[in-house]
Amino acid sequence: MAMSRDDIYTEVEEVLIDALGLDDDEVTPEATLMGDLGAESIDFLDIVFRLEKSFDVKIPREELFPAENLISNPEYIDNGKVTEKGLEVFKEQMPHTDFSGFAADPDINKIADLFTVNSVVNFIELKLK
Amino acid sequence: MRWIWIDKFLEFNSGKSAVSLKNVTLAEEHLHDHFPGFPVMPECLMIEAMAQTAGILCGEARNFEEKVILAKIRKAVFFHFVRPGDTIILHAEIESIAPEAASTVGKIMRGETLIAEISLMFSHIDNNISGLEFPEENFVFTDMFNSLLTGFVDEKSKTEQP
Repeated sequence: MAMSRDDIYTEVEEVLIDALGLDDDEVTPEATLMGDLGAESIDFLDIVFRLEKSFDVKIPREELFPAENLISNPEYIDNGKVTEKGLEVFKEQMPHTDFSGFAADPDINKIADLFTVNSVVNFIELKLK
Repeated sequence: MRWIWIDKFLEFNSGKSAVSLKNVTLAEEHLHDHFPGFPVMPECLMIEAMAQTAGILCGEARNFEEKVILAKIRKAVFFHFVRPGDTIILHAEIESIAPEAASTVGKIMRGETLIAEISLMFSHIDNNISGLEFPEENFVFTDMFNSLLTGFVDEKSKTEQP
């Protein structure tokens, strides 16, 4: 039976609490993994490993968090901003991510804010379909 | 010099699990200060012993091609002191392994007594830290570590001979 979004959220919440050593009430749908929840680069791999185990799926890291590879491409970045072409590619490769706020001011320093709890839940939801 | 915190392997199942042993003795000088009159093995060194057990396990799983570095302590819970004269057995298991990193779960036992539960994460640094260059040679796995595996791992596979 397919998991409901609420079930997925609960499981993701647990993964994040364990991986990042958080208190129960710290995880909210809008929380950003790096800014709000204090995730560092190795934590992303930890989260990926734990999600794979919890949901019994295979997750290549660049699928869930592809921005790392994209920002090294000069075609996609100009003067510290993501170019229009870059934004297209980002959207295509990260269908689980909400770009509505980011598109207005695509500063590369704000890319970290794209990784929210919601984006992880979206990703798993798409993956389990 | 390198501090080695395990004395030998008892079991080694390539890519899966490893069991190592450490004898704790009052000849270890740090125990005299930790603590005077009440020597106990520091918990951080138990983590290091687990990191060596699990790190060698992860390194061997990819034929020692990766520089395997302890990147994160996912869990470390201690239930009892370890005193001079104790023999501790470290059980490590690979939970996940990918090109960039590996995660392990493990426990430390003294006889039937659970001493600690330690889960770790290792980074394969050449594949994981972009923009930084590391020496070609594998400075993590030195001869001292490899000698611990003598008898457990096929020597030929380590040196990549045909």
